[in-house]
Amino acid sequence: MKLKAMMLSTVVGLAAVVAAGQADARDRIQIVGSSTVFPYTQAVAEEYGNITGKAAPVVESTGTGGGMKIFCSGVGEKTADVTGASRAMKPSEWELCNKNGVTDITEVLIGYDGLSIAVSRKGTKLDLTKGQIFLALAAEVPVNGKLVANPYKSWKEVDASLPDLKIQVFGPPPTSGTRDAFVELAMHKGCKELDFFKTRKGELDKKAFKKFVKANCSRMRQDGPFIEAGENDNLIVQRLDADPSAFGIFGYSFLFENQDKLAAVMIRGVEPSMETIADGSYGISRPLFLYIKNAHRGVIAGLNEFVTEYVSEEAMGPDGYLSERGLVVLPDETRAQVQDAATDSSGMTRYTN
Amino acid sequence: MSDLPAINQSVTVDWSSEKAQRRVRRRYGAERRLKWFGLGAIAMALLLLGVLVTSLISVGYTAFVQTHITLPVFIDAAKINPDDPFKGKYRPMVNDAFVNMLSGIDSKADRRLAAKMLSRGASLMLRNSVVDDPAQMGKTVTFTFPMADPIDQLHKGVTPRDVPEDQRRVSDKEIAWYDQLVARGAISKPIAWSLIFSADSRFPELAGLAGAIMGSFYALLVCFLISFPMGIAAAVYLEEFAPKNKWTDIIEVNINNLAAVPSVVFGLLGLAVFLQVFGLPRSAPLVGGLTLSLMTLPTIIIATRASLKAVPPSIREAALGVGASKHQVIMHHVLPLAMPGILTGTIIGLAQALGETAPLLLIGMNAFITSTSGGIVDPATALPTQIFIWADSPERGFVAKTSAAILVLLGFLVTMNAIAIYLRRRFERKW
Repeated sequence: MKLKAMMLSTVVGLAAVVAAGQADARDRIQIVGSSTVFPYTQAVAEEYGNITGKAAPVVESTGTGGGMKIFCSGVGEKTADVTGASRAMKPSEWELCNKNGVTDITEVLIGYDGLSIAVSRKGTKLDLTKGQIFLALAAEVPVNGKLVANPYKSWKEVDASLPDLKIQVFGPPPTSGTRDAFVELAMHKGCKELDFFKTRKGELDKKAFKKFVKANCSRMRQDGPFIEAGENDNLIVQRLDADPSAFGIFGYSFLFENQDKLAAVMIRGVEPSMETIADGSYGISRPLFLYIKNAHRGVIAGLNEFVTEYVSEEAMGPDGYLSERGLVVLPDETRAQVQDAATDSSGMTRYTN
Repeated sequence: MSDLPAINQSVTVDWSSEKAQRRVRRRYGAERRLKWFGLGAIAMALLLLGVLVTSLISVGYTAFVQTHITLPVFIDAAKINPDDPFKGKYRPMVNDAFVNMLSGIDSKADRRLAAKMLSRGASLMLRNSVVDDPAQMGKTVTFTFPMADPIDQLHKGVTPRDVPEDQRRVSDKEIAWYDQLVARGAISKPIAWSLIFSADSRFPELAGLAGAIMGSFYALLVCFLISFPMGIAAAVYLEEFAPKNKWTDIIEVNINNLAAVPSVVFGLLGLAVFLQVFGLPRSAPLVGGLTLSLMTLPTIIIATRASLKAVPPSIREAALGVGASKHQVIMHHVLPLAMPGILTGTIIGLAQALGETAPLLLIGMNAFITSTSGGIVDPATALPTQIFIWADSPERGFVAKTSAAILVLLGFLVTMNAIAIYLRRRFERKW
């Protein structure tokens, strides 16, 4: 009898599960996207939930590319409403979106994020140029007018003015938006600083040169000195703390939160800070975006209010809670424009004109 | 070969000879070595476990307590909407009360800096308290609020105070104000029940595991309800009904194979089938449970088959002999006798599922959700994915929270495995 009761309850439970699975009207905003934008969106989501008393949005960190895939998969309750991105939407992603009927998108520039190269406070602080960063970390570098596999093992070999210290840099894996940004902002710009590429620039037309840079300056070295450390930035912090000769690449917010353990490497004498990133004097910073599916506005409850909260002065303003988390805020004028565009649900113009 | 004695020839061996004794010594030596290797292996395993647990505790113990402040707040009825106490200027109210406790605040910037020492959750706690009991309006009520994470870390000694100001997260001013509060006896460090009873938050001082525990519970419930009956049915068929032929062999090989498939594969399957084909909601424990049941199913089938096999044939034959049908034999005799073993296997399978992370990442159960899940289709995280999220958060407080969450997860695993062992001991029958 006992067995029968058990079987019966199992069947009833199973039926309940199936029945409950049927009802799925969505009362929460769904957000995906970049792990760099994640902490900021998290902050707004929690604040929105607290202020309105409604269910807080579900925020998922999928990486910029993964987020775009989910965001662009279509319109409707089953798809995400908002995605965060640590770079602008690519043309290919715009096409994917259009193909799936996601044509009305608002692009919101929420602020800037600096990429920092950091070292343990016990270690040696460096002052590098982007060219030196490229020479230390690229897979192939120009030596005597030819591109060869990177021969440099110590910073002194890269440039005589640098200390004799083994090159050892922990960085993000290729799936990460941080990696994309680092390659674009530090490596590409770095190789353009070198004479080898400068002479090429004279020889080739603009488009061909761009292609040439992309082909030759994008690969990080695989022979040891550059170490892919996974998406977990806290682990990099721990490793740097344990090994003062190692350097690490990550978003500025991690440096900001770990000031007692880490010191920043200067880029051409400029240390990353809220001020130097905002005014552009610190060389490695990137814009952060939010993409909103306008077809969902007014359909998914609270989406408009959420966007309004995101672009409010309390959130993205100079003393807002996003700056507390390490976001570098926009200059006043740009911010006002962004706020208007976001609340008016202006369409994205990046690829339309 | 020729010097071997013929079989029927008796050989006298001198057991006391030097050579024979050396042989005996060597055999005893081998035995001793085998024993020591085994013991060494166990010691090594225990040592590694010890290192793991010690390192978790040494980092995580600080997360089990939380720095609080005892703060009398005057609840100004003029600042609250009388019709809807939910709407009110609670933050300035709390901040004023807090800042007024401190001396040496001269400027607006100082006020702002000081207000940040208090957790942002304080004004919400005040609001909830007033909503629950509107009679508090116009009175001065004493609350205990959590302090913000940097102060919490300072109080716990994680943030050093004797280093230059630019090398730590708290400024000299904040330390001076904090010392004033300590001197007044306003700071306390009670057990952080919020670790278990609060949902996730971006503030380490407010974040808790309740959402993840409920998410794991619902996912395991779904997983159990699907894999337990299905596992038993499959095992009963294979063991009691199926003919032994090529097809059942193939099925058996595949079941064993399924048990060894990396879990991330099931995650991809869940993403492709449950989310994209069936259109089930992302981040829902229902999908998590379905995906996990794919992993648990082979474990349960294998455990059930083993327990069914262990029931002696004499029981079956006796039952058949008094005229029971096959159905009666199985349902009345074999299955109840095999149940302890089946339950043990099920619990071990569920414990594995509880610790599984990879498939849940793919179906979106690693989202940031600030409320506790209310059902199997409500978005939720699970314990291992919550650990994953916290491990990746920049705030210092989450380092300790991560270790604490791992300890909580280990606690659940130990409990489940202990129940499995208890069941086995309690109901196991020797034939």
